[in-house]
Amino acid sequence: MMIGKMSVSISKVIASAAAAFGLMLAAPALASGGAAHPHSGGFSFDGPFGVYDQGQLQRGYKVYQEVCAACHGMNMMHYRNLGDRHGPFWNPKYPNPNDNPVVKALAKQVQVPDIDSETGEAIQRDATPADKFRAPYPNATAAAAGNGGAAPPDLSVMAKARHGGADYIYSLLAGYKAPPAGLQIREGQHYNPYMPGDLTPFWTGDPEHVPPGGFIAMPPPLQNGQVTYDDGSPQTVEQYAKDVAAFIAWTSEPKMVERKQAGFGVIIFLLIFAGLTYASYRRIWKGVAH
Amino acid sequence: MSEHESTYVPKTGVEKWLDTRLPIIRFGVDYMSLPTPRNLNYWWTFGGILALCLMTQIVTGIVLAMHYTPHVDLAFASVERIMRDVNGGWLIRYVHANGASMFFIAVYLHMLRGLYYGSYKAPREMIWIIGCVIFFLMIATAFLGYVLPWGQMSFWGAEVITNLIGAIPVIGEPILIWLRGGPAIDNATLNRFFSLHYLLPFAILGCVVLHLWALHHAGQNNPVGILIPKDREKKDLVPFHPYFTVKDGFAIILFLILFAIFVFYQPNALGHADNYIPANPLQTPSHIVPEWYMLPFYAILRAIPDKFGGVVAMFSAIGVLFVLPWLDTSKVRSMRYRPTMRTFFFIFLVVGVGLGWCGGQLPDAPVIPGFDGFVLLDGNINSYLWLTRLFTLYYFAFFLVILPFVGLKETPLPIPATISEPVLVGADAIPAAAPASPEKKG
Amino acid sequence: MAETGVISEGEGDPNRRDFIHIAAGAAAAGAGAMIAWPLINQMNPAADTLALASIEFDLTKVQEGQQVVIKWQGKPVFVRYRTPAELQKVVTEGAVGSPPQTDAERTKSGHEQYLVVVGSCTHLGCVPTFNAGDYGGWFCPCHGSHYDASGRIRKGPAPLNLIVPEYEYTSDTRVRIG
Repeated sequence: MMIGKMSVSISKVIASAAAAFGLMLAAPALASGGAAHPHSGGFSFDGPFGVYDQGQLQRGYKVYQEVCAACHGMNMMHYRNLGDRHGPFWNPKYPNPNDNPVVKALAKQVQVPDIDSETGEAIQRDATPADKFRAPYPNATAAAAGNGGAAPPDLSVMAKARHGGADYIYSLLAGYKAPPAGLQIREGQHYNPYMPGDLTPFWTGDPEHVPPGGFIAMPPPLQNGQVTYDDGSPQTVEQYAKDVAAFIAWTSEPKMVERKQAGFGVIIFLLIFAGLTYASYRRIWKGVAH
Repeated sequence: MSEHESTYVPKTGVEKWLDTRLPIIRFGVDYMSLPTPRNLNYWWTFGGILALCLMTQIVTGIVLAMHYTPHVDLAFASVERIMRDVNGGWLIRYVHANGASMFFIAVYLHMLRGLYYGSYKAPREMIWIIGCVIFFLMIATAFLGYVLPWGQMSFWGAEVITNLIGAIPVIGEPILIWLRGGPAIDNATLNRFFSLHYLLPFAILGCVVLHLWALHHAGQNNPVGILIPKDREKKDLVPFHPYFTVKDGFAIILFLILFAIFVFYQPNALGHADNYIPANPLQTPSHIVPEWYMLPFYAILRAIPDKFGGVVAMFSAIGVLFVLPWLDTSKVRSMRYRPTMRTFFFIFLVVGVGLGWCGGQLPDAPVIPGFDGFVLLDGNINSYLWLTRLFTLYYFAFFLVILPFVGLKETPLPIPATISEPVLVGADAIPAAAPASPEKKG
Repeated sequence: MAETGVISEGEGDPNRRDFIHIAAGAAAAGAGAMIAWPLINQMNPAADTLALASIEFDLTKVQEGQQVVIKWQGKPVFVRYRTPAELQKVVTEGAVGSPPQTDAERTKSGHEQYLVVVGSCTHLGCVPTFNAGDYGGWFCPCHGSHYDASGRIRKGPAPLNLIVPEYEYTSDTRVRIG
C-alpha cells in the first residue's frame, strides 16, 4: 500500500483480527484434555478447494448402515439427502433426489415405524426418500438402557461437534490400543488415546508420564473384513475409519463444497471490487492534502 | 464545528413540495455534505463498518427468524434445517453467526480508536456514553442470541450467566426465577430470550441514531485531536461525500474480505464445537466458555473469589468506561502527543488481549508449564488465576489511577496549530484551539 | 461550501463522470444484487417442502357412487368411485371443460371408474361440495362454480378443471398419490 499511515493501520487491523482468531484456535486445544493429537485422514475435502469423494461417501454410508446404525442415529438426515448434490448418490440426471432410483432403493431397504392410516396402530413399513434415517432406539431412555447407561450420541453433526472434526473421528475409530499396564479400567469402559480426558486418577505408573487419552464407553466397533467393498478398496479398519469419518463429515456439512465454491467467487469479486474502489478513492483525493 | 448551513436548493416541483412538508432530501444532502476534517485516518472508518454490521445482523436475523423455532425440543433441529433445507440457509446462518464476531472486532477497534485519540473528551462525552450503552446492549444481544441454537454451550452459558444474577444479595433469587420463568432454564427462558434478542437490536439502532446526532452536533474528532477553529474551516474540512463515503466504502470492502474468509472457509473457527451437541441439562461440558468477545469480562468475573464480588467486578469493568471522560485529566486529546500515556495504552492493549486469553483457559492451569510456583492464598502463583488477577489489576488501574495521574503529570509533545499545517508553536505552549474546552464550539 | 473546501490548484474537482467511479459504482450495484438474491430466495420452498411426500390409499374404502377425501401436501384430494350411469354420462359428453378434456384423459385405463382430483376449486381455492350442482359432480359454494362427475368445470367463474395430481396404481386396489 502506498500511503504510509494506512499500511500501519491495515496491518494493525489484520494483526488484531489474527490475534483474535489465533486466540480462539489455541484455546480449545488446551481444553480438550490430554488426548493425543489426531492424525490427518488425508481427506479429499480438506483445504479451501476440497471436494467430497463420492466413492468414499458411498463406502462410508455402507459402513454407517452396516456397523454404526445399530446404535447411532442420524436424526437430521433424510434418505433423500443421499441423492443431494455432492452427496454419495448424486446423479445429475435426477436433480430432485426423490426421483433418484438408487436413493429410493436404499430407502426401501430400511424399515421405519409409522401409524396405520386406517386403524391408527403402530406399524413398520418400507422407508421412502422423504423419511428421516431410522432411529435405532425409540427414545433416549431406551438408548441409554441398551448401552450401559451411556446413550450412543447422534452422528448427524458429529464432525462439527468435536474438535478435530473428521480427523478426530478417523483417529478415534482406528486408534483403539491395548491399555498400558498400570491403567485401572472400569467395567464397560475402553481405553482410547484420542478420547479427551484425564487419566491421572486411574494411572498407577509414573506420574510424569500419564498415558494420553481417556475412557470411552464404545468398544472398538470396526474389524478388518467386516464390510464388503465392491470397488476394490482395502477392507481394513484403517479404511473403514477414514470412509465413515468422511461420510460423517458430509452429513455434518452437506453444503461444504457449495460454500467453498461460493467463497472463491466472492473473494475474487471482493478483491476486484476493492481495487476499483481504491482507484476511485485515489482519484477523488488526488491533489487534496490530507 | 456544529451543524453546518444547509446548502440544499430544491429544484424540481416535487422536491419543493416535499421540502416544505418533510425535508428528508435536505436531511440526506446535508448529511452527505457534512464538513469533515481532511486528516481522518483509517481508524475512522470503523463507524461505517459498524453500521454495515448492524444492518447485516438485523437483515440476516429477521430472515433466520422466518425459519427458526424457539422451542426446546425443536430449536436445535430448526437451525440444522436452516443449514440443510432452506435455500441458501447455510449462508445466512454463517453470516449471522460470524457477523456477531465481526461486529465485536469492529467495535473493539472503534473503541480503542476513541481511547487513543481522546474522542471521549469534551465536547464529545455524550457520544462516548451513548457508545458505551450500545456496547452494553451488544453484549446483551450476543448473549441472548447464543442461547437460541440450544446447544450445550447455549444452555450452560445461559445457566452460568443467569446464575450471576442470583448472586445479588437479597433480591437476587427472586429476580433469577423471574428472569428464567421457572426454577431452571427451560422452554420459558428460551422463548423470552428469542423475543428479547429480536428486540434489542432495534434499541441499538435507536441508540446509534442518538450517537450520530451527538456526533454531528459536536463535530468529528481527528487524529491531531484539536478542535478546528472557524477561520480554518474552509481549508481544513472537506465534504463527507465523496471524500469519506468512498473511503469508508473501501474500508468496508476490506472488512468484507476478512468476513468472507471466515464465512466461507472457517465458519466454525470462532465458535465452540460443544454447541453442536444438543443441550443436555443433566450433563455439563468439561469447559464452559462464552464466545471469544466476552472472554476478557469472563476472566475478570472468575478472578474474584467471591461470587457476588466477581459479578460486581465484571459489571464495573464495563461501568468504568461510562465515566472515562471524567477520569482523564489531560488537556491534550490525542495520544500522538502524549508519549507517556501512549506507553500505558499499549500495555492496556496487551492486557486486554491477555485477559481474553486467560478467559479461555482453566484457572488452575499453569501459565509456564513445568514450573512449580508456590501457593498464594487460593491458588498457585504460576496459574491463570493469578495472571488474570494481575491483568485485572492493571485494567482497573489504567482507568482509575493511571489516566488521572498521568494526565496531570505528563508533559505532552507540542501540538500543531492546525491539522493542515503542522507548524509547531513552542515546546510548552498549547495553542488556543487545542484544549478540550466545551465553550469553544469550533 | 462543499467545493471550496478542497485545496487543489491543479486538478479541479473530481469529475463525477470519471470512468473509475462508474466502474466502482457498477461493482457496488453488482454486490447489492449478489446480496439481495439469497435473501429473497430463502423464502422459496425449502428442500423438505419440495420433497414430495406420497401417500398410498386403498380404493376398497370407496363405495360406489361415493367419494373419500384424503389430505395430501396440505390439500384435500377427492377419490370418487363413479356409478356406471355417471360414468356413461361423462364419457359420452366427449371433450368438455376448460381446457376441453375427455374423461379418459383424466383417468387411468383399466380403472376408469375411479377419479382422483385435488379438491381445491381452481377459482379461489374453496373445497367444492360433493354431489351438488347442475352437472352431478361438485358445486363450489363460494362463488358458484359447477363441476361434472369428471371434475371438469362446466359453469361458473373457475378457470380450470379440477387438477388431476400425479398418481399411479401400485396394485388393482391401491393408488399412490404424489
